[in-house]
Amino acid sequence: MPVVMDAVRIGRSLARIAHEILERNRALEELALVGIRTRGVPLARRIAQSIREINQHEIPTGALDITLYRDDLMRTAVGAQPLIRRTEIPFSIDDRRILLVDDVLYTGRTIRAALDALIEFGRPKAIQLVVLVDRGHRELPIKADYVGKNLPTSPSESVQVHLTEIDGRDEVEILES
Amino acid sequence: MKKDLLSIDDLTADEIYLILDTTEAMREIGQRPIKKVPTLRGKTIVNLFYEPSTRTRTSFEIAEKRLSADTLNIAVATSSVQKGETLSDTALNIEAMAPDMIVMRHASSGAGHLLSRICRSRIINAGDGMHEHPTQALLDAYTIREHKKQIDGLKVTIVGDLLHSRVLRSNVKLLTKLGAEVWVSGPPTLVPPGIERFGVRVSARIDEAVADADVIMMLRIQQERMQGAFIPSLREYFHTFGMTRARVAKAKPDVIIMHPGPMNRGVEIASDVADGPYSVILEQVANGVSVRMAVLYLLAGGVDVD
Repeated sequence: MPVVMDAVRIGRSLARIAHEILERNRALEELALVGIRTRGVPLARRIAQSIREINQHEIPTGALDITLYRDDLMRTAVGAQPLIRRTEIPFSIDDRRILLVDDVLYTGRTIRAALDALIEFGRPKAIQLVVLVDRGHRELPIKADYVGKNLPTSPSESVQVHLTEIDGRDEVEILES
Repeated sequence: MKKDLLSIDDLTADEIYLILDTTEAMREIGQRPIKKVPTLRGKTIVNLFYEPSTRTRTSFEIAEKRLSADTLNIAVATSSVQKGETLSDTALNIEAMAPDMIVMRHASSGAGHLLSRICRSRIINAGDGMHEHPTQALLDAYTIREHKKQIDGLKVTIVGDLLHSRVLRSNVKLLTKLGAEVWVSGPPTLVPPGIERFGVRVSARIDEAVADADVIMMLRIQQERMQGAFIPSLREYFHTFGMTRARVAKAKPDVIIMHPGPMNRGVEIASDVADGPYSVILEQVANGVSVRMAVLYLLAGGVDVD
């Protein structure tokens, strides 16, 4: 299993993204981070931490579960429903610039669902997309604003992000499926 | 999950926990400015109520609408049932219009099972006679877990008209499945014979039953189902089995008092207990919507393959 990012590279990528966010967004009080469950949530918290270390600014951070907005729900006659977890956005998203955070950008369908879910909480001034890995093969017209690593893959492969908070280690690997 | 939810027997302990965890996520939707998600878009749900109901029918309807299902209510008083149509004919006619789910309440025990056999739609039992009311037991379990963090090892005392209560049967099955110690108490005429076989402790002395209880659940005296003299008088019933502050004081200091509604104040429960600090009766109602959203969501998916 080729490991394409180790803990050091993941850390550097997230630190760079934090700097890019600060460079592109002047009004810090308008910013908020929303992580997509599962692994977007710890990534969003780490970016918030990096920004805090850079300029002591606290960016509000939330968690979004997009399961109920998925376009592939109810399409199969067998098998259990996907597990839903709590969405926690403890701030108003109205007139904020929302940084939507996910681990892997692939078909774009998760982001489509996340945009639908997010819009129901209010009307943000803008939504920007942050991903740790962009592996290509988009099925929808969606593009990331901040990318940790562009990773050319074939559709038969899968990209697995492991994060310490959930998996006990920081690593990105490519698996042949 | 099985195709239908007719009884707590249809659920394993793991599936009950899955429903309770899903409820937690559904609850957040009810706190949003826009209380709606698109999950059940295009699904048709028929609420078929053969018995009067305010709470359960409203609760299901709100849950269905929050999940974007198309819902319609058939109140039997204005339907062809008044013209003599049988339950299975009514069901087959509704089924011919291809709904995805039917939520049914009926005065006869087992009515949901009859529908389950003849319908392709998924059936949710919203109360069948004196048999079961599974979503009530699930919302009760959710409410208990919220206050007590767990259900395993709790002493839960259920008091009242045990004989006619579908809420009792569903709750006993669910709570014992999750490891609670369930006590029941009521006048001997209202205790179903053989109830010990469900794994509950029976006591005719309410003070013994509520001693050190973590949860007290009061059941309504169901006069509409009583044919004959089960209790001498409502006043005497209140004197012997009514939940008063003095009796609440015998339970644990952090006891919660539950009631599935509708309440008969001054019959099974004193007003100052129903409205008092230990009462979670209105929380039960609020949680009912989230639990039913969870059940609708989980049942709307695929069937388990064994």
